[in-house]
Amino acid sequence: MSITAKKMILPETPPLEREMIALRIANMLQDGSYVNLGIGIPTLVSNWIEGRDIILQSEIGMLKTGPLAEGELIDQDRINASCQYVCELPGTSYFNIETSFAMIRGGRMDVAVLGALQVSATGDLAGWNNPARGLGNVGNIGGSMDLAVGARKLIIAMEHVTTGGEAKIVEKCTYPLTAKACVDVIVTNYALIEVTPKGLVLKETVPGVTAEDIQNMTAAPLIIAEDLHEMEL
Amino acid sequence: MDKVYPSAEAAVEDVFDGAVVAFGGFFSAGKPLELTRALAKKGVKNLTVVTQQVGTGNEEILELVEKGMIKKAICNYPFPRSATKGLEHPFEQAVRKGTIAVEVYPMGTFAEKMRCAGAGLYGFYTPTGVGTVVAEGKEVRVFSGVETILETALPLDFAFVHAWKGDHEGNLIYRHTANNYNNVMAMAGNITIAEVETLSETGELDPNCIHTPGIFVKRVVEVGRPELWKVDV
Repeated sequence: MSITAKKMILPETPPLEREMIALRIANMLQDGSYVNLGIGIPTLVSNWIEGRDIILQSEIGMLKTGPLAEGELIDQDRINASCQYVCELPGTSYFNIETSFAMIRGGRMDVAVLGALQVSATGDLAGWNNPARGLGNVGNIGGSMDLAVGARKLIIAMEHVTTGGEAKIVEKCTYPLTAKACVDVIVTNYALIEVTPKGLVLKETVPGVTAEDIQNMTAAPLIIAEDLHEMEL
Repeated sequence: MDKVYPSAEAAVEDVFDGAVVAFGGFFSAGKPLELTRALAKKGVKNLTVVTQQVGTGNEEILELVEKGMIKKAICNYPFPRSATKGLEHPFEQAVRKGTIAVEVYPMGTFAEKMRCAGAGLYGFYTPTGVGTVVAEGKEVRVFSGVETILETALPLDFAFVHAWKGDHEGNLIYRHTANNYNNVMAMAGNITIAEVETLSETGELDPNCIHTPGIFVKRVVEVGRPELWKVDV
């Protein structure tokens, strides 16, 4: 499937840890917002918002999802959509799945944070089906397609390149799409990139990495923001 | 009116070859464990199963897979998350061999297809899935400048649901996130069978707290509180 895949040139500077990608995204979230976090790095965002006025929705049917539950707090009837036991908070509510997706498609979710396999220059997202798995057109869609279409803002949290060193930010997605033109911001372990009508705009880089380094590991043209600066964490 | 059956075996006795059977629940929360076991014991052929996942976290349905009872699965997240675990997984192996056909829908679409069936509607237009493989072969229509696809109702011959509390007339109350698909499947089922942890006399449950009104439920079986399910994605 990866006919066009080519190894990207990575800088010597170490990339951010996954937790730090999550922290950068947590700092982007505004108080008073409803947020849904996908599986993987997005889930880690919840570790950085304690005490903030941010309400997490879990598409299984829970609003104001609390921190992960341990020990005696574990209850098999209280899980998030990533299948983790969670706690309740004052103000938590439970509801059925059809109501949950009325919230998502109905435009009530201010922000969704999802992982990705590929993001294109026009903000197309491919995240649910890696053709390498060899299952054809079927795979684990989960809530990703509804969230990509329904959330007011979509932030992607991912590693900049694959473990094999191939670009994940590409001119055009070669993997099956989750949704077209849905991504607003991409935060990776090297950079923060905004998707704009003019194209991908490089806004922030991790310390020690240049704009040229980022372009060298990105298979789509980047516009360098006038206020390009180092990522603050 | 008394809908109580003496056992799970008696409640599933008339499930026929080729039936469309839905199973509520999401990972550890709200799975109709006893009804599923009773169906596996009974043995039927060519079932179409409708369920969130036939992957890890749903071992009871795997028994139907291993006994060759399933012809087709309609799901949202059918396979184990890990590709490596998937290769050893009986359901994924059956799909790869072509002995079980699989149809996958985005989570919100999957739920809404059943809500439609339960509400006497035949289809709905959704922006979810536009521009993806999910849209292939489906009618496209534009509303207020937004492209949508037509998805059709998914009626069920049988719906197996799990509730925390129920009464003799089939009124159901779910616990925490164990509601998930159970309410919508109960609505979509021609014959909905509810296993309940505790059975109350009619009139004992607070009418203000009923999640699924008894009109949607044909049979009730008391099964007690299930053991803590192992959750391993």
